[in-house]
Amino acid sequence: MSTLTLDAEALYTELRSGVRQLWRPGMAMMGIWSGGAWLAERLTADLMDLTAGARPGVISSTLHRDDFGARGMASGTDATKIPYSVDGAHILLLDDVLFTGRTTRAVINELFDFGRPASVTLAVLVDRGGRELPIQPAFAAAKISLPAAQKLSLKRADDGRFTFSIQGEA
Amino acid sequence: MLSRRNPQLNRNGELVHLLSIEGLPRDVLTHILDTAGTFLSVNDREVKKVPLLRGKSVFNLFFENSTRTRTTFEIAAKRLSADVINLDIAKSSASKGESLLDTIANLSAMHADMFVVRHSESGAPYLIAQHCAPHVHVVNAGDGRHAHPTQGLLDMYTIRHFKKDFTKLSVAIVGDIVHSRVARSDIHALTTLGVPDIRAVGPKTLVPGDLQGMGVRVCHDMAEGIRGADVIIMLRLQNERMSGAMLPSAGEFFKNYGLTDDKLALAKPDAIVMHPGPINRGVEIDSAVADGAHSVILPQVTFGIAVRMAVMSIIAGNEP
Repeated sequence: MSTLTLDAEALYTELRSGVRQLWRPGMAMMGIWSGGAWLAERLTADLMDLTAGARPGVISSTLHRDDFGARGMASGTDATKIPYSVDGAHILLLDDVLFTGRTTRAVINELFDFGRPASVTLAVLVDRGGRELPIQPAFAAAKISLPAAQKLSLKRADDGRFTFSIQGEA
Repeated sequence: MLSRRNPQLNRNGELVHLLSIEGLPRDVLTHILDTAGTFLSVNDREVKKVPLLRGKSVFNLFFENSTRTRTTFEIAAKRLSADVINLDIAKSSASKGESLLDTIANLSAMHADMFVVRHSESGAPYLIAQHCAPHVHVVNAGDGRHAHPTQGLLDMYTIRHFKKDFTKLSVAIVGDIVHSRVARSDIHALTTLGVPDIRAVGPKTLVPGDLQGMGVRVCHDMAEGIRGADVIIMLRLQNERMSGAMLPSAGEFFKNYGLTDDKLALAKPDAIVMHPGPINRGVEIDSAVADGAHSVILPQVTFGIAVRMAVMSIIAGNEP
């Protein structure tokens, strides 16, 4: 096990400040299932002065994944749900961990199946490096370096508090 | 290699062909239904297409006529971005004397990735699955009297959509059961999904005697068969499969087993009425019922596309 510790709650506070800086009028939040969707949900509530509580979208990479041939069809629980029109919207895309960029690529394709957004901005809790595509976040609360074999993912407790879990050999 | 236990599953228990619902575990069925739910929403998008089968070739091999099933398979494959080739086999190779396996070998040489097969002989899709290249997937779109698994699955999707929980339901399957591959697939699926009360309703000549062994209650009296039912699945009277006098007349059949508002009143007040289509109005179902508030016949067609998308994407994503 790794000795790396990431304080997800502290990073969330950082992300909240970052999103406040990135925010522009008319923006709409879109969380990447599942960790990003939790972030979008909590940011919507915590930044009520900006969001006015407008429901965030949830977007899934399932139908556009490039590893479909190898991994097959994931379980059908993570369907995309967008409660607003994507056409002409400024989308703030949120994810817990940015790694290869392949999930981001897939959800951008998914997003364009619903319309033509005016812009898409990416903000993440952790950028763990290892990019395989030319994708960069506009904001990352932390930048770390992890071996490729390790899996970093956000967990949400029943009381809504965030923690990180790291699995795999260092 | 095909597993010896069930030729539809790979060694990890994942679906690689869909040949029959019989013998498939509950979690495989549930996974298909859950995945279909995801695909149902694709119909509401501006772009009604996802790229899961992009670059794959799906061959529709219909050795027996069908319009609805073939069309819904074609739409499903196209919404998954596959290239679809429809072969009207009944009018070509087979009539020139080519054997089934020669036809398959030739189509495999055209780099097919998936065969959707309808055949009048029970077991034809099994034969194809056993002889095609390992990377090729086979979907049974109806074989003889044996099975019609995607219809069974879309029926289960429909029931789950309207009734949520399978474990408290009474389901009546009414009509020409002896000729019906739909009935057989429905019975296997309902049993696997935990439906406690399944009834087969029809005249003695059209209900096989061996159903009791499948956990089905046989009723030759319509009123007894549909009383208190949550779901009524009407079957088409298959005149083209009947030889000899199995029925006095269509009129007599309608009088005894045709679903009318009067008979429907015996079922639960919120019962749903299903039919695999095409419906024979005035033979097995009255127009007032087919077009009435309890009928979910058209939602079945819509769900059928999502279920076929789910089946094709799941098997295409699993290694042999």
